[in-house]
Amino acid sequence: MKFFEQIRRSFAITKKDLSIYYLKGSVIIQGLLIPAFVFISFVFKRDMSLDSLIPGLLGMALFFAVSAITPVIIPWETRMRTFEKLVSSPVYLWAILLGDIMASVLFGLFVVSFIVLAGTILLGVEILSFPLIFGIIIAAFCFSSLGTLISAPPADKPSDIMLIASLIKFPLIFISGVFIPISEMGQFKILSFFSPLTYFTDLARYSIQGVSYFSPVFNLMVLLVFTTVLFFLAVKWHQKSLDKRF
Amino acid sequence: MENIIEAKQLTKNYGNFNAVNSINFSVKKGEIFGLLGPNGAGKTTTIRMLTGILSPTRGKVNIGKYDIQKEPIKAKQIMGIVPEMADAYIDLSAIRNLLLTGELYGVEKEKSFKKAENLLKTFKLYEKRNQKVKTFSKGMKQRLILAMALMNDAEILFLDEPTSGLDVESVRLITNLIREFNQQGTTILLTTHNIKEADLLCDRVAIMNHGEIIAIDRPELLKKVISNISSVEVSFKKLIKEEDLNFKEITEIKKTGDKFQLYGKEIEEIILSLIKYSQKTKNEIIALKILEPSLEDIFVKLTDKK
Repeated sequence: MKFFEQIRRSFAITKKDLSIYYLKGSVIIQGLLIPAFVFISFVFKRDMSLDSLIPGLLGMALFFAVSAITPVIIPWETRMRTFEKLVSSPVYLWAILLGDIMASVLFGLFVVSFIVLAGTILLGVEILSFPLIFGIIIAAFCFSSLGTLISAPPADKPSDIMLIASLIKFPLIFISGVFIPISEMGQFKILSFFSPLTYFTDLARYSIQGVSYFSPVFNLMVLLVFTTVLFFLAVKWHQKSLDKRF
Repeated sequence: MENIIEAKQLTKNYGNFNAVNSINFSVKKGEIFGLLGPNGAGKTTTIRMLTGILSPTRGKVNIGKYDIQKEPIKAKQIMGIVPEMADAYIDLSAIRNLLLTGELYGVEKEKSFKKAENLLKTFKLYEKRNQKVKTFSKGMKQRLILAMALMNDAEILFLDEPTSGLDVESVRLITNLIREFNQQGTTILLTTHNIKEADLLCDRVAIMNHGEIIAIDRPELLKKVISNISSVEVSFKKLIKEEDLNFKEITEIKKTGDKFQLYGKEIEEIILSLIKYSQKTKNEIIALKILEPSLEDIFVKLTDKK
């Protein structure tokens, strides 16, 4: 009962985040355009079929959309003096972080639904399958937990955290089989195993192309483990840095 | 009357710096309790530990029957908080801010809406309820933040500098409302720089300096401790200079507007000298008052001594 009451309060934070940070024209357009442009610039003039492009685009869009705003919410609210009020309310820190995570997950699902629709209707690529739907949801939680973990250092300048976020996010895209399948990554393959995006892209490849490096069940399990570990670390680190925020 | 707030050996260290050093105090149910002290005295750190925002390095805080460290949610559920320089969500409307607070405290939706509307009326914000907070003045924002702290029918209100930097109208409204909520049974712990405000509002005050409580009592009893610092306030018809009042009975002179506040051990002697001076210079005394020591005098004396 107490747990569900905390979840209910988390949703209040989710609603607040959606109205303040996400449901704005500029944010939605940015959520769609950035992954699209980055992706187009890398695949331009390369001889690739549509069904081999979509998994990478899907992975990148979800990764960008979900992890774009989460890292800056807490530093921003610390600066605006609203975070102290939130921490003083009867909501556990994990529930506050979960509220922020759920908002970005919903935004990520909204952005990805565009790509799924475009791929299915306009390009005729069959995308959705049960493992992929699960994969999208788990991966969204996973990437958002990563974003929340990135926001743990007690900075009150969003720009400081954006810098850390860029330093982590961009290398992850290049080692995660977004542009090149894992099997073709040669000696750098081992690096890809440390990125949660690898397992989502591989799962998407399986769902769309029918081929993958790992089994779909393995990919889902690894994503779940990553999500749990990243969320746990985010809560622990935020708890540790809380005193330094005020 | 039972204690509703208890702080025991409360300590907060940041590395080698003692922000709050082993303080002990309690607040009784229904009291207005003031924490006074100069900047950096440790008032805000204390209030943050009492409200569970910061964890103490050592010591214990009980809010009602709950230990804030062990049962933070239950303890926070019965309090309302106005942190120092806190802000509402400026991109949300006033009513959305209140409803969000209601949701965070688990207030039922319908009750929350009614409560929000009533609070908006009480705090004279009802007409602007659907406007984004970014359009509000500082005074309006502070009234909204205080209203947010009352959304859960709090038993205890923690107010960190609630009237700091506000216009006279907002100060008056907030001060009156603090009294009103207290009369309805809410216990209030406030920190303030405004000593006159504390004197007028608080049943008891604690004076903090360098992270320690150096005095704690009712304002009137604290004043008795230094009753030897009574003073005379005088104003002459023709303006005079400070040097003109250079009598041996006077130990200190403070100029306040067109008046002088004169300190000395023998008040009667000072008054006699003033009358002689007035007759000699043919400058009429237009006001003469004997002033009892103020809370400010106590504050200055105690914090200076430290």
